[in-house]
This record gives sequence, structure tokens and C-alpha cells, in this order.
Amino acid sequence: MIAAVHLLATLLICSWAVRPLATARWVWRAPSTGIILWQLVGLAWVSSAVGLLLAIGLAPYDAPIPVALVRWCRDLPAGVSPLWRSVLVVVGLLVAAGVAVALVVSWFSVLRVRRRHRDVLALVAREDRALPGALIIEHPLAVAYCLPGGRGAVVLSSGALRALSRDEALAVLAHEQSHARERHDLVLLPFAALRRALPRLRLVTIAADAIALLVEMRADDGACRQQNASSLAAALRRFSTSSARPPAGALGVADTAVAARLSRIGDGAPIRPALRWFALLSGLVVASTPLSFLVF
Amino acid sequence: MEVLWDNPAPVVVRDVVRALSDRDPAYTTIMTVLNRLTKKGFVRRELDGRAWRYAPVASREEYVAQLMLDALSLTGDREAALTHFVRSVSSPEADVLSQALARKPEDDEL
Repeated sequence: MIAAVHLLATLLICSWAVRPLATARWVWRAPSTGIILWQLVGLAWVSSAVGLLLAIGLAPYDAPIPVALVRWCRDLPAGVSPLWRSVLVVVGLLVAAGVAVALVVSWFSVLRVRRRHRDVLALVAREDRALPGALIIEHPLAVAYCLPGGRGAVVLSSGALRALSRDEALAVLAHEQSHARERHDLVLLPFAALRRALPRLRLVTIAADAIALLVEMRADDGACRQQNASSLAAALRRFSTSSARPPAGALGVADTAVAARLSRIGDGAPIRPALRWFALLSGLVVASTPLSFLVF
Repeated sequence: MEVLWDNPAPVVVRDVVRALSDRDPAYTTIMTVLNRLTKKGFVRRELDGRAWRYAPVASREEYVAQLMLDALSLTGDREAALTHFVRSVSSPEADVLSQALARKPEDDEL
């Protein structure tokens, strides 16, 4: 019973923490800390939900979850435990399996999309002497993105090249290269998989959007170290007005996200190390609670 | 691929070698490249007498449109496959592109 109470508390803390963490401004000044924190919260959230189901289902055994789970399997043919408790255990195991399957499926379909994309790029993209390291595709719409992978590629459309000055294009390139270098796609993948598994859950959407914004901020920081901060800000402004625009009347996340990124570019005062360590430690404590119940 | 796109009719390997004569490619190299493109589904081939004739499956513009669709789509796996400089919630351009791509096969049949 103690396990169930602990796991319920962790689940509630994680669910409660999502909104404040998504709107917090201090994480913007330390995006990498924020990214790690989100991973820990996500891990704690999933594992405490699974653990809670198992803990209630296995309560009669009065043993640690792994031990009780083994006994439950042994007793299953005899039908010792009440049906509703067994149902909870099965649901818990299914949720755990579902999350694992969602991760694997997402990963492989992402790999497939990327491989196809890379092949098509090899056919139609060209390199530009003005912008070494980038692939250019001929299209009037302005897009810039990174194709992550072992050999990451940065792609700009000719429309984007026309819209940007040389310094701005270099800043965009540096931004995308830091995505590719730090493998930000791996950070985003668990949340993309969660969103795919639970598309209707607001909390997951909020978390996924928040971590996507932090990843962009981290890449902005990387670009500012290599290139002029004002060029990056100018490029951001140009992109938010010239490329994909949300329909009139609906203020898109893009606008608020770009505004948030603009507000912190060139204002690089990192947070105090003490605060950073406190945040990381809290995250670790929250994440280790459900894991300790599931492992020991 | 350039040679295939420039020729309206399907070509044989020798045509490609001739078109690229300024780079002096080996016949077998071209054959290997064409075979690989066929396997990846970018080129289709048909037997004409004793030689294979190769033709592109889609135009260069269609491939560019596919790339742009990947780049502008923010749903499902496409969202996770690429990381963007600026993300937006909905992009009308992506809808227009996917409609254009969906219409294409019907045009071919006419």
C-alpha cells in the first residue's frame, strides 16, 4: 500500500508540474537543464502510472513489485487474486508494453521517412558555393530544416536563400547544424511517441510543445556562439513573416514561440549554478521514486 | 537522373553514356547507377527487344514537392523526422502541396 501511495503522489506531482514547467521563464535561460528536466518528468510520469496500476493490483502479496509480479504469474492459473486486481496488473503491463512499442514504431517509421527523404535529396538538391555545408532545393517557399542522422544534412529552399542576407543564412545554417550535432531529434522522439500514443491528452501536448521550444532555444544558443546574434534574430523575424503563417484569427504557437526566442537572443544571462543543480536534483528525485519501486 | 529527366522518351544505358560523354563514364557504372535507382523506385524500366529502357517515375518538380511536403508537415512521423528552423502549428502551404501531389496521378491517367 505504501508503494501505491508513493506512486500516486509522484504521478500527481508530475502531472501538476507540467503546466508550471511549460510556462516557466527560468528554463529559457538554461534550455539544456530544462530539456533534461522534461525527460525526467516524462520518465517519472510514465513509470509511476505503470507502477501505480501494478502496485494496486499486487497489493495482497505485500511484497516489492518485481517479487509480487513473479508470484502473481505463478498464481494466475489457480485464480487466487481477485479479478479486478488482475485486470489492473494486465492493464499496467499493457501500458508499459504500449509505450515501448510506440517508441520503437516511431523510431523505425522516422528512420524510413528520413531514408526516403535523403534519397530524394540526393536526386534534386544542389550545393551552393555561397553557403557551404547546406543543401539547396529549388522552391519559392521559405523553409530551413535539418535532416538528423549519422550524417546530418541541413537543407534550405531557394526561397529561404532569397529572403535572407548572407549573414542571416549563415546564422540559420549554424542553428540547424547545432540541431544535427547535438542530435536533438533523439530528445524529441520520446515525446513525439507519447503524443502519438496519447493524442488527446492535453498534458502530453503541452509537454511536447514546451520541449520543442527549449530545443530551438538550445540551437539558438549554439548559433549565437558561432554567428552574430543580431543576424539570427533578423532571420527569425523574416521567417515568421514570410513562411508558413497560421490562418488569420488563430494566433499560432509559432508566433508566441518566435517571440519567446527573440526575447532571449543576445540576452544570454545563464541562471545561477545552484538553481540549476537544485532543479536537476529535484527531477532526479521525482524520477527515481517510481523507478525504485519498479526495480527493487 | 538529369539525362532521364531531359529525355521525354525512355532511354537505354548507351544513351546515358553518350549524353554524359564529357565526363567519360564507364558503361557498367551507368548501368549500376540505373539499377540502383530502379531498386529505390525512382526509375522504372521496361524490356525493349534485348535492352532495358529506363524512364523516371516522377518529374523533378514532384520530388521537390515531396521534400517540401515533408518539410512543411507537422503531423505524425514527419514531425519527428526533421527539425525545423521555425515551427508553425498549421501550414496552409502543406495542404496545398499535398492536394497538388494527390491530384497528380489522376492527371497522368487522362
